[in-house]
Amino acid sequence: MSDTESRTDGDAAVTARIRQNLEQTTVEDVGLYVVLLVMAAFYLVPIESGLVTSFKTGTAVIETAPFAPPGPSGFTLAKWQAAVDALLRGMGNSLLYAVPATVISAVVGSLMAYGLTIPNWKQAYKAPLLAIIIAGIFIPYQAVLVPLTQFWSQWVELTSLLSFVWALGIPNDYAGIIELIVTHVAYGIPMCTLLFRTYYTNLSEEMIESARLDGASLRRVYRRIVLPLSGPMFAVVLIYQFTQIWNDLLFTLVLVATESSPAAPVVLILAGLGSSLEGQDFALRMAGAFLAALPTLAVYIFFGDEFAEGVAA
Amino acid sequence: MFDNLRRLFAALSPSSRADEEVRPDGGVVSEESARQPDSGSDPGPVGRVTEALNSRFGSDFTESSVFWLLPFLLMALFVYGAIIWNLLISLTDYRGFANAPDYSNLDFEMYARALGDPGFIDAAINTFVLLIGFTGVTLVVGLVLAILIDRGIRFENSFRTIYLLPMSLSFVVTAQFWLWMYNYNNGIVNSVIGVFGLGPVSWLGNQAVVLPAIIFALMWQFSGYAMVVYLAGLRAIPSEHYEAAKVDGASTMKMYWRVIIPQLKGATISAAVVLMVFAMKAFDFLYSLVGGYRPPNGADILATKMVREAYANLNWAYGSAIAIVLFAMALSVIGPYLVYEYRRDNL
Repeated sequence: MSDTESRTDGDAAVTARIRQNLEQTTVEDVGLYVVLLVMAAFYLVPIESGLVTSFKTGTAVIETAPFAPPGPSGFTLAKWQAAVDALLRGMGNSLLYAVPATVISAVVGSLMAYGLTIPNWKQAYKAPLLAIIIAGIFIPYQAVLVPLTQFWSQWVELTSLLSFVWALGIPNDYAGIIELIVTHVAYGIPMCTLLFRTYYTNLSEEMIESARLDGASLRRVYRRIVLPLSGPMFAVVLIYQFTQIWNDLLFTLVLVATESSPAAPVVLILAGLGSSLEGQDFALRMAGAFLAALPTLAVYIFFGDEFAEGVAA
Repeated sequence: MFDNLRRLFAALSPSSRADEEVRPDGGVVSEESARQPDSGSDPGPVGRVTEALNSRFGSDFTESSVFWLLPFLLMALFVYGAIIWNLLISLTDYRGFANAPDYSNLDFEMYARALGDPGFIDAAINTFVLLIGFTGVTLVVGLVLAILIDRGIRFENSFRTIYLLPMSLSFVVTAQFWLWMYNYNNGIVNSVIGVFGLGPVSWLGNQAVVLPAIIFALMWQFSGYAMVVYLAGLRAIPSEHYEAAKVDGASTMKMYWRVIIPQLKGATISAAVVLMVFAMKAFDFLYSLVGGYRPPNGADILATKMVREAYANLNWAYGSAIAIVLFAMALSVIGPYLVYEYRRDNL
C-alpha cells in the first residue's frame, strides 16, 4: 500500500488513473497481476536458482531440482569458501582501479559538462563538439583494442617507466592496474559528460547569469553554485561508472591478460572459475558469480531509485 | 545520502583543484583570462590571441577551455586517435610477435581476406541477427512491461525494481546464471519445456538454437532498461489522450496501438540505440559463457572474432580490419541517431 501512496505524490493524472483502477477491480485486474507476477518470476528465477545452487553439494546439484533449496544433507558452505579464496584477491585488485577511475571520471565529466554548457560561447561550435564527445559513448571498444595494446606496450611502457615502484617489491603486473585507470577514465568521459550535461542544462539560468554579471569568474561560479547543486547527479554518475568499470571484462582481458597474474581483476578470474577437464562445478560458479556481483548489487539495492531516474533522464 | 557523497566529494576536491593548477597549459589559459578584463591598454600577443578566439567562438570561450580542453584531448586521443590508428594498422600485414606494425606497405589485403573468409561472413550475419533480434524482442517486452506497470498497479516500485534487477548484473555474472539455466541435464529451461513434453534441447551446443538462446538471455538482462525508458515516455503523454480515446469508445488494445504507441517514437529510438550498443558489447557474455575466445558454434559474432583473431591468433592486422567493419556497423546506427538528435536540438 505504501507503494501506491508514494506514487500518488506525482501528477494528478496518475492519481486519477490509480483511483479509477482501484474502484473497478475486475477479472482483467486479476489477470494483470498474474502476468506481473509471472514476469517477476521470470526475472528472479535465474538469480534464485543460482543462489540455491551455490549452497549445494556436488550430489545435491545433480539430485535436487535446480530451483529447489538444498535439503539439510545437501547443504554446504564449502563452495562459498572456495569462491572467496579464489576471488578475494581479484576483488581487491578490481577496487584498486575501479574506485579511482570512477571518482576521476565523475569529476572530469562534471568539469567538462560545465565548460560545455554554462559558459557563453557559440552554439554553432558547441554542438559539433558535443556530438563528437557523445559519439564516443557508442564506439564498439573492439575498434580501439589493437592500438590500445600498442599504446601501452610500445609507447607508454609503464613496466619500465615506473621501475622504481616495482623495485619496492610490488609485482610489475600492477602496471596493468594503472593502465586500466587511465583507459577507463578516457572512455568514461563521454558518458559522464552527457549525464552531467543533461543535468546542467536544466539548472536555473538566472542565478548563474546574475553571478556572472556581478563579475564572478567561471571557476567561482562552478565552485560556489554549480558544484554544490551537482550532488544528485554525482550519485548517478558514480553508481553508473562504478558498475561499468567493475563489470568490464574486455579491457582487463587485453591489459592484464591472464587470470593467474597477481593483478588479475575479479571478472577475469570469474570467467574461468569452476571449469575443468572433468566438467563444470556449477555450485562454485554460482557462488563466485554472486560474490563478484556483491558490490554492484549492494550499490543497486541502496541507490536503485536514483539509478532508475538517472537512466530515464 | 547525497550529503555524504557531497562531503566525500568536498574531501576529495582540494586535491583535484591542486591538480588543476599543476597542469601546465590549464594554468596558462586561466592566467590569460584573468588578465583579459584590463587588456584594453596593452593586450600583448597572448591577449590578442585570446581576444581573437573569443570574438570568433563567443565571449567565454578561452575562459571555459580550462574545464573541457584537457579531458577532451584525452578522450579524442583514446577514441578518435585510436580509431584512425586502428584503420592504419588494418592496412598493414601486422601479425605474430613483432613489436610494432610495418607502416611502409599499406593495402586492403586484410579486407579482401575478410570477404573470402566464411568465418567472417558467418560472424557478420550473426552480429546482424543479434543486433536486430535482440533489440526488437527487448523493445517489445520492455513496452509490454511498461504498459502493464503504468496501469496504476499496486507495489509498482517493487515490480519495477525486480524487472530492472538483472541489468545491475554484469555480463560475466549473467553468463554464469544462463550457463546453468541452459544446462542440458539439470537446467531450468529444459525442465520447464519438459513439462510440455518437449526437449531436452542442448541450447548452447546446437547451432540452430544457440543464437536465439543467447538473444533470450540478453533480453532477460536488458528488457528492464527498455521498460524504464518507455515508462518515462508513457508518463509524458497527457492523460487527456487516454480519456479522449476512451470517450471515442476505443478498446484498450486499439487505444494503445493507435494513440499511445505512435507517441513513443522518441523513447523507442533512444532505447533502441542504447540496446544496440549493449548488443555490440555482448563479447563479455560470450567470452564468459565458455571462459575462452571461442564462443559456442553458431554464436560467433564480429566482436568475438576480432578479439580471437588479434589476441589468440596474433593476426593483429586482420583483427583490426574486422574491428573497422564492426565500427562501420556501429556508425551506421549511431550516425543517423546523432543527426536526428541534432535536428531536434537535443545536443
